[in-house]
Amino acid sequence: MANMAQAIRMALHYGEQNLGVTEIFGEDVGPPLGGVFTATQGLERSWNSPLDERGIVGAALGLAWAGARPVVEIQFVDYIFNAIDLLKLCANGHWASGGRYKAPMVLMTPTGSGIHGAMYHSHSFDSIASKIHGMKVVCPSTPLDAYGLMLSAIKSDDPVLYLKPKALMRAKGAELIPGEPADEKILHEMIDAPLGDRSQWKAKWPTLTDYSVPLGKAKVSHPGEGLTLVTHGRMAPVCLDVARRFAAEGRGSVEVLDLRSLIPYDWEAVKASVRKTGRVVFVNEETEISNFAEHLIRRLVDEMFYELKVRPRLLAGKACPGIGLSPNLEYFTQPQTADVERVAAEALAEAA
Amino acid sequence: MPPKTSASAADPYRKLGAARLLQIHENMVRARLLEERLIKMSKGGDGFFWIGGPGEEAFNTAFGFQVKKGHGVDCDFLHLHYRSSAIVLAMGAKPIDAIRQMRSVAADPYSRGRNFVNHYAIPELNVVPISPTIETQYLTAIGTGIAQARAKTDAVTIVNGGDAGTAEGDFHSCLVWANRAVLPLPILIVVVNNGYGISTACSTQHGEKNISDWAKVFPDMPGKTVDGNDAVASWLALEEAFGYVRKNRRPYLLEARCSRLYGHSSSSGANRIPETDCIADLEDALTSRDLARKPTLLKVWDVESAAIDEAHRRVKQEPFPAGETVWENVFADGLPPSYPTSGGG
Repeated sequence: MANMAQAIRMALHYGEQNLGVTEIFGEDVGPPLGGVFTATQGLERSWNSPLDERGIVGAALGLAWAGARPVVEIQFVDYIFNAIDLLKLCANGHWASGGRYKAPMVLMTPTGSGIHGAMYHSHSFDSIASKIHGMKVVCPSTPLDAYGLMLSAIKSDDPVLYLKPKALMRAKGAELIPGEPADEKILHEMIDAPLGDRSQWKAKWPTLTDYSVPLGKAKVSHPGEGLTLVTHGRMAPVCLDVARRFAAEGRGSVEVLDLRSLIPYDWEAVKASVRKTGRVVFVNEETEISNFAEHLIRRLVDEMFYELKVRPRLLAGKACPGIGLSPNLEYFTQPQTADVERVAAEALAEAA
Repeated sequence: MPPKTSASAADPYRKLGAARLLQIHENMVRARLLEERLIKMSKGGDGFFWIGGPGEEAFNTAFGFQVKKGHGVDCDFLHLHYRSSAIVLAMGAKPIDAIRQMRSVAADPYSRGRNFVNHYAIPELNVVPISPTIETQYLTAIGTGIAQARAKTDAVTIVNGGDAGTAEGDFHSCLVWANRAVLPLPILIVVVNNGYGISTACSTQHGEKNISDWAKVFPDMPGKTVDGNDAVASWLALEEAFGYVRKNRRPYLLEARCSRLYGHSSSSGANRIPETDCIADLEDALTSRDLARKPTLLKVWDVESAAIDEAHRRVKQEPFPAGETVWENVFADGLPPSYPTSGGG
């Protein structure tokens, strides 16, 4: 099965072949590297830009205004902060111009912790991204969703911030991407650049087909009756693991709702699940102060207060200035499997 | 008419010709009267914040008339700042629409009552949305520049900004991206130097002798400084710059020294400042050369003033946007049904 980096690469190949993507660029995005996580290896339209995040976003916006559908990368989301007013410009141009200028562009960037990236390679951006109104924000947790969300992002006439969980870039999926060879060794030989001299190498792409995950649609990745875990990105497989373990061990029936899109988010899916279980824990990597899920909790309280059996909970990162390098520091700061288990058990056990 | 001597034949005013000069004069007057009306609206409670370009009419009119107008990569793209009224008027924009934006009525075609005056967005003229930021236009210009570098066209991208904005990194990013060896970009990079950033004198913050000297860093990018208060000198400098970029598909940095006749904005009072007036200078140049007579020029002021009066009267009758219209254009494909719209409460 393809990993997430390969899935994104295949989606971008499909995009440049079929969806009018003519410019894919960013820092080290073109050959020879093809992206620090190899998500742009072998693409025909990929190229290296100056190391200039503001320039990358601004250039993408200009290209979108000129009728292109660019896909650009900020090498790590930790570097996106100096481009925030450019993101705002991408997001507000359609509104500010009274609907006269659209900005069909995809801005992808690795996000979150889990690779021992310390202070500047571990950041999450979900909550800040959700405040840049007018921009759509997605974050896949599986290679198939990564493929389908990328195709939808490319097709969108809105700017889409595509958050790639760093820790999942090498994680393999459980589902084949349409057109992907079943043997992962064959896929590797076809689309992974060799080590060493790559100057003569060309990818041999499988015959891929369209597969879209609609923007704004969540997915129930594990059905359950007693508790809802609302999550996305890197924490989604952690929650899925916990739900399966609880089921296997008879500790409770846990539903996992993978948001996949943060803006717009699938409010109907959140409501439907919580209406069924009456108990909910929001799990994500962002810090707890002004966490995106706090908005969802407030809305739940506003709209479904009397349907909640126990208080809604948030399991999030600790609100410190960064993620420490030492594993003890990172594990303490970011939610781990044991933390999800503990909070899920508490939510299940609390008397209604 | 004075006798034709070799000196008078070489006079750039005569080479440009009376018809073109009167067209330039008319647009300059129209832009000045429009800006003065916008200032009055701001001061009189018929609008809010004012920011604009009185004092830049000579350079900006010469600029606007030389744009290859239209939509798409085969026409010039403009990434402008908020002192560009004379440019868009020269390209055919109507004063009434700026008045609509000043009054923030629903019919404001540039922002539907959402943005400050002089913040244009005109897709049919490739005028991309103007932002109140002073520097981001130098970055979006890179994108349309790339699109035009890829296309087989003589169309170019033009970006303008003020002297103060050149302290921002985005200006320098534009220079770097436009001069990449692998893909030079056809961008005319314009800096209108009015000597001030809000209330701060440029001379106290910038050590460059000329802002155009930044071009010297790049071997293949010409740089030039022109007297932007001189309509004819501006015309010729722009003609050279446009010609270079169109033909060579490479960037050009042009600095125009201009007056700022009403200060930074309404935040600094928007009162007349005794600096060189480019319209008075042009009128003197035209009448002293017998290229126009004073009554003819005065009539332009009367006609344009009456047109502004009429436009303002019309706009005063137009409705303001309803509050609920804020939900339109949030996303290109409409607002999802479950998008939060209550504001809490």
